[in-house]
Amino acid sequence: MHELSVCTAIADAVRTHAGDRPVYEVRLCIGHLRQLVPDSLTFCWSLVADHGGLAGARLVIDEVPAEIECEACGRRTVLDHPVLLCPDCSSRLVRIIAGEECHITSIVLGDGPGTEER
Amino acid sequence: MTMGRFHRHDDGTVHDHDHPHDHDHGHGHGHEYDHDHPHPHPQDRPDPQEHPHPQDHEVGDHSGYQTGGERIEVLEAIFGENDRLAAANRADFDAAGVRVVNLMSSPGAGKTQLLRETLRRLSPGLRIGIVEGDIETSLDADRLDGFGAAVALVNTGNGFGGECHLDAPMVRSALPRLPLADLDLIIVENVGNLVCPAEFAVGEDVKAMVYAVTEGEDKPLKYPVMFRSVDVVVMNKTDLLPHLDVDLDLFEKNLRAVNPRARLLPLSARTGEGVDAWCSWLNEIVTGPGGRSPVASTGAGVPAHGAEPSDRE
Repeated sequence: MHELSVCTAIADAVRTHAGDRPVYEVRLCIGHLRQLVPDSLTFCWSLVADHGGLAGARLVIDEVPAEIECEACGRRTVLDHPVLLCPDCSSRLVRIIAGEECHITSIVLGDGPGTEER
Repeated sequence: MTMGRFHRHDDGTVHDHDHPHDHDHGHGHGHEYDHDHPHPHPQDRPDPQEHPHPQDHEVGDHSGYQTGGERIEVLEAIFGENDRLAAANRADFDAAGVRVVNLMSSPGAGKTQLLRETLRRLSPGLRIGIVEGDIETSLDADRLDGFGAAVALVNTGNGFGGECHLDAPMVRSALPRLPLADLDLIIVENVGNLVCPAEFAVGEDVKAMVYAVTEGEDKPLKYPVMFRSVDVVVMNKTDLLPHLDVDLDLFEKNLRAVNPRARLLPLSARTGEGVDAWCSWLNEIVTGPGGRSPVASTGAGVPAHGAEPSDRE
């Protein structure tokens, strides 16, 4: 259900940018701390796009692993689980430096792939 | 990794435009959380105010769009539109001098019961408004009747079974039904759900959540976005502890793993034990300057909540 809301927001934003022109591809950047499941996004997107004037527009998702930086010892760690703890010094004073991304990076207008993919 | 692919795509198209990077302003420059990031991807939130609209700068020289498969860089936060309306809500709240708490929880954790006890204690002295999110019914709003608070119900049902959260536009629609200028505090009782409400800012000053001890110790790890987003975690139903095997130390350890800074307030809305501490915190919100959250939701892609202290740097 979460992904459905998110896809609705994506479709609104895409339509704002594309206007009446056909959209071939929508590219997202989603961090692992966002609790958005790519497969679920793709499924919900197919529903939202079909009924929202964006039928055929494919969704491409770039995932960004979560990464923290310890404020105590400075170590940077890529996380497998959302536990905000420095593995070196066990400090909880960590800064999230990646993994909360949640935006549309680009769209490809038209009926076919962008020039760089031909 | 995938980011490399992303950059190659962008370079291939954006550079072809007449207006190469005027809408790419600010990335990697001057934003507190990405100044030293090893790979400069656009993790900061694009500012819609400064962001020239793509449709503006496509006019005139891009007639090939209908067939061309042309990529345009968007860099728009998925929750950008919501955050813009949340900021508008916040501006209205500030202008009226009213503070706003976004109260979230799973279904049945006890938000409405806590609100009843809150109104019972604070309502005469503090002028409180409630925005009540409910998918189809007025049951919760009915339970809050008779306590002297202004209650605006927002049914989130839209024909598809209902939204799972309150977002900024829904809260905005409720504002005309609340006497903002006559209120000290608005509590937004969100739809019961541990996932979606965490992503949608409504213009609140602070976020709080109710966690019931019956939910088990592992919830912070299972719903880290929610637990990380809040300033206060109310631990409700403590009167049931004698009947449960729940390990509160483990719960707190799990909470601290995702949110080292949230205030933890154990209470029982049923017996009233501990509710005064919650009410004191609400009073602090109304009277004190501190504790204000950033306007944007965590959904903006801005690591401003949780482990990221908002007053950093």
